[in-house]
Amino acid sequence: MPDVWVVVPLYNEAQVIAGVVRGLRTAFDHVVCVDDGSHDASAEQARSAGAVVVRHAVNLGQGAALQTGIDYALRDPATRCVVTFDADGQHQVDEAEAMARRVLDGESDAVFGSRFLDSRTRPGLLKRLVLKGAVVYSNLTSGLHLTDAHNGLRALSRSVCEQLELNQNRMAHASQLVEQVGRTGSRVVEHPVHILYTDYSRSKGQSLLNSVNILAELFFK
Amino acid sequence: MVIKVVLILGVALGGGALMRSSGGARHQAVRRLLLVGFVVVAIVSVLDPSLITTVARWVGVGRGTDLVLYLLFILVLGFMASTYRRFRDMERQLTLLTRRLALDEAMLPDPPETERPLESDGSARG
Repeated sequence: MPDVWVVVPLYNEAQVIAGVVRGLRTAFDHVVCVDDGSHDASAEQARSAGAVVVRHAVNLGQGAALQTGIDYALRDPATRCVVTFDADGQHQVDEAEAMARRVLDGESDAVFGSRFLDSRTRPGLLKRLVLKGAVVYSNLTSGLHLTDAHNGLRALSRSVCEQLELNQNRMAHASQLVEQVGRTGSRVVEHPVHILYTDYSRSKGQSLLNSVNILAELFFK
Repeated sequence: MVIKVVLILGVALGGGALMRSSGGARHQAVRRLLLVGFVVVAIVSVLDPSLITTVARWVGVGRGTDLVLYLLFILVLGFMASTYRRFRDMERQLTLLTRRLALDEAMLPDPPETERPLESDGSARG
């Protein structure tokens, strides 16, 4: 897929990032990792595995990293689609590929991954409740009808990317992204994805307490 | 009254220090006016504490100290709000600066010819 860039926000994932990038490179020609001021060898690992690395001099948060990666991808005039993919290995490359294809084929402008379209992914009860709350909120503000608001796997067309302007640097960017896509009036579909909750991703994953921060950031912009 | 001298000196010194800090012109002017008012009130209240109580009675508060406490609440909240806003603006600037730096450092996506992998599967899949 020469006209697709995969954007991977990267922060202290040296253990797993090389494997994630190598997996992506089997399907995608272009992978850009936005190193968000990591303190470990994440950047070198990503580069050696075949990704372009763009480096934030200071840690800004995942939302800022995503926007930087999208800006980078848009500098390539050949880019027709941008895929966002988490660095911790919880997403699957074949699903990303299928989602990118739906954008390239013109079926939709924005394809959001959803772990709730089928029953493969099994988050805990509390996590499910919090995620559902986020969905209700983000559907209210965006006017879209999604089943999963905080999924890092997305495929966006170039025109959607050009209209994005994420300024929620931390986790609230996921809701903000949905909101902004909703405002463009683009065609939006969801794609069923399977999130692999490994011990690693669980240990790195955000604590549920963080949802308090997400709410506060969204309401008091 | 030693305490009066100490308090007035303290307030005057603190006010003077704040006066000298720089910032946006309009906000700066407003802040300085408020500050002058604050210093005057502080000095008056030290010289004649009963005056504060009188004012408190006017506005329906029992004691002068209570009135001062309430005003301090408002002051602290206002300070927090303005500080928060300034930090947020600064964070936004830092984000833009860092992003610009990152993208310039990475330069353009390498010219497509060199970036495209040599394996033939790229075109087959794309």
